[in-house]
Amino acid sequence: MSSTFDTVANIIAETCDIPREKIRPESHAINDLGIDSLDFLDIAFAIDKAFGIKLPLEQWTQEVNDGKATTEQYFVLNNLCASIDGLVAAKGA
Amino acid sequence: MRLEYFQLIDRIVELDLAGRTIKAQAQVPETSTIFEGHFPGHPLMPGVLLVEAMAQTSGWLIIGATGFTRMPFLAAVKEAKLRTFVAPGQILSLAASLLHEGSGYAITKAAIDVDGKTVAQAEITFKVMAFPDPKFRTSMSEVAQRIGFPVEAPAHG
Repeated sequence: MSSTFDTVANIIAETCDIPREKIRPESHAINDLGIDSLDFLDIAFAIDKAFGIKLPLEQWTQEVNDGKATTEQYFVLNNLCASIDGLVAAKGA
Repeated sequence: MRLEYFQLIDRIVELDLAGRTIKAQAQVPETSTIFEGHFPGHPLMPGVLLVEAMAQTSGWLIIGATGFTRMPFLAAVKEAKLRTFVAPGQILSLAASLLHEGSGYAITKAAIDVDGKTVAQAEITFKVMAFPDPKFRTSMSEVAQRIGFPVEAPAHG
């Protein structure tokens, strides 16, 4: 079974045509990989489908806009994967 | 259908919120200035307006699914296919289904049939957000009444 990171990295590589080897756990989806908000919707759709969850993008965006969170908290892939794992665990609870 | 006003849906035929589907109908006008240029001697409903008609049909489905609290804005069109010519006067049967309701976005699959034959189809992505202005929602509510959309806008909020 592939890890959350492998699944997410493969989704990003396929969706945004980014070489898989450039996608690392410490990569920031926006700042390092250059993914914009529209492309991120495609990624979110694929992640939602792959994990059976609903990434709370609106809540994250609001928190960042309000200065309550940084983009690093949600869009560095390690952190994104931790959020996904949390949502999957909450779904199964 | 009033092409010049981008009013591409004449009436909602069916809204199934449990099944997340919608059906609508529209008649391409017999005359329009658009046909003078598109094309002289060979009037055709522009393909981009068929895509817009599918987007509007999908949009009403999303408005229904959110209880008229949110407005969808067209963000991406994928796999759009325009299979055959659509001429003035033809009646379009539009249908859409919700593929996914994400957080702040939605994805639909839509199609247009004429005389039982699919003439256009697409997968459409929308950004979904609060109505940016109360007047906007009021105007959408008026359109909803005109086309027989069965979900009323909340009185407040």
